Amino acid sequence: MKSLIIKVLLIAASLWLIWFLHNNLSSYRLSMIINIGIFAILALSYNLINGVAGQFSLEPNGFVAIGAYMTAIFIIPMDTKLDMYALTDPAPIILQMQANFPIALLAGGLASAFIAFMLSVPVFRVRGDYLAIVTLGFGFIIRIFAMNSPSYTNGAMGLNDIPDFADFRWVGSIVIITFMVMIHIIYSKYGRAMKALRDDEDAAIAMGVNTFKIKTFAFMTSAFFEGIGGGLLASFLTTITPDQFTFLLTFYLLIIIVLGGLGSMTGTLVAAIVIGFGLEELRFLDSEMVIFGFETDAHPGMRMVIFSVLLIITMLFARRGLFGDKELSEFFKRKQS
Amino acid sequence: MDFSTFLQQLVNGISLGSMYALIAIGYTMVYGTLRLINFAHGDIMMVGAFLVYLAVSVGLPFPIAVVVGILGSVAVGVLTDKVAYKPLRDAPKISLLITAIGISFFLENLFNVLFGGVPKAFPAPEYLTTSFKLGEIIIPIMVVIIPVITVLILGGVLYVLYKTKYGMAIRALAFDIPTVKLMGVNADYIITIVFSLGSALAAVGGIFYAISYPSIDPLMGIIVGLKAFAAAVLGGIGSVTGAVLGGFILGFTEIFVVALFPELGGYKDAFAFFFLILVLLFRPTGIMGEDLDRGRF
Repeated sequence: MKSLIIKVLLIAASLWLIWFLHNNLSSYRLSMIINIGIFAILALSYNLINGVAGQFSLEPNGFVAIGAYMTAIFIIPMDTKLDMYALTDPAPIILQMQANFPIALLAGGLASAFIAFMLSVPVFRVRGDYLAIVTLGFGFIIRIFAMNSPSYTNGAMGLNDIPDFADFRWVGSIVIITFMVMIHIIYSKYGRAMKALRDDEDAAIAMGVNTFKIKTFAFMTSAFFEGIGGGLLASFLTTITPDQFTFLLTFYLLIIIVLGGLGSMTGTLVAAIVIGFGLEELRFLDSEMVIFGFETDAHPGMRMVIFSVLLIITMLFARRGLFGDKELSEFFKRKQS
Repeated sequence: MDFSTFLQQLVNGISLGSMYALIAIGYTMVYGTLRLINFAHGDIMMVGAFLVYLAVSVGLPFPIAVVVGILGSVAVGVLTDKVAYKPLRDAPKISLLITAIGISFFLENLFNVLFGGVPKAFPAPEYLTTSFKLGEIIIPIMVVIIPVITVLILGGVLYVLYKTKYGMAIRALAFDIPTVKLMGVNADYIITIVFSLGSALAAVGGIFYAISYPSIDPLMGIIVGLKAFAAAVLGGIGSVTGAVLGGFILGFTEIFVVALFPELGGYKDAFAFFFLILVLLFRPTGIMGEDLDRGRF
């Protein structure tokens, strides 16, 4: 009972904070925290398959693309669509797809989850790390399809004039929902099965865990929220092209979950905020600098070199990240024995 | 398709397949011994091509530049193992995979910073870019050189694997690393040999690729690496002959499907992915592979 009251109070306080920030921040700061919020949604769901279930996957950019395109097609008004498709006429079904924002987000999430199911069947039937390579390939394939089917995706031109519904109230609320769902999964029997699977697959099978079912469930849940995150991203950016959904997106998320601790949702939230601000503040690394009196040229990509070194060093020397696989509240609990 | 076009496409397929095969051998050997998908392997190929480019641009003659490229790639490959993979041998598998993807991303962006992201013309010497006519078909000289060298290299690799004591140690490692260590084999030394061999072959593949498609950029290794991995899985991961077979099948498919159905040209890079899915669905051990983990599925 006591924990329920604490939970309700925490949610109420977070909602109040979200509305407070929405009303009081400058638009620059707001767009920054919306960005961080979307990254948090993506990283939280990415951590479920990678950290909790221990199945190394590189999928977010693919599912974010699916969610983004799906949501965008649903919310762009019909007249805008008729003008926008420059290369060919839009397919009739594209014109028929019209829905309000929540339904469109849901459709994006469901489409991603469906594709995730299709991928699970070949990948999880076999042992080994095929998920990583299949999802990496999948990210490229999605881009190839978006490029080559102009009547659905408008090809390389992408979709423009997407209505901007994704304000901080939407994004913040969905961060809270995602976080709560993930926490509930972790402490449910599914979450315990995922952790068992991660720590020792043979032992988990011996204990009667249906590993195929659990892996598929984790993968589909991740994909669902990544699709929703993609929809928010599309509406927030108001324009999407196939080139936005490259592996770079997955890499940011990977750094966030590794730093926060694989398997720790609170750690992921903290890391998303740190990395979100860090990416913004470290922008100077890509431009010219003066180091010890020497002027260097602009080096686009320098930030990425530093982030990849950061990732490797974390893996080598601090594999458990910020919180390990524990949640923040577990550090305050007394040992039960 | 008339006969001369068919022959033309056939030689193109052999040459493309050879390049995939060379890169796939490295994937399959590292996976066979360490059960690690070495994401950085495709980027080693890129490193090889760029080192040749660098060596030529400082004035070295092309053959020496090739040697520099291969040795440099071997150094990079062995170094990644020593620095990034070796400390994590006993860590959970996911740590190793994350480190591998980190190395891959690091190499891509490092070369992006050093050389810039704009594709560069590869300085292939003229005697390698000429072509000759055989009846009706025009054959670029590389299309002949690539398969010949690939077959020679494959023979060499198979000789090392099956006729030398190092090869015996590599094959033994693939079964059981702790037991092999107990038998007094220096496992780390053998793993270094595996990485050197794989990186050298990747560099050769990269140089062939750079000569055939005469431009190089820091991201060239990603998609080729992905395809080579699919080829390795198709042939049976862990099997060297399987990797070569998978590489050729993939090369032929890409060339012939695009030749027969030009409208599918845009999806060329997706074929490898569908092969991968089909193999996982119907024959997860690939064409030549044995069941490495003796899994129950």
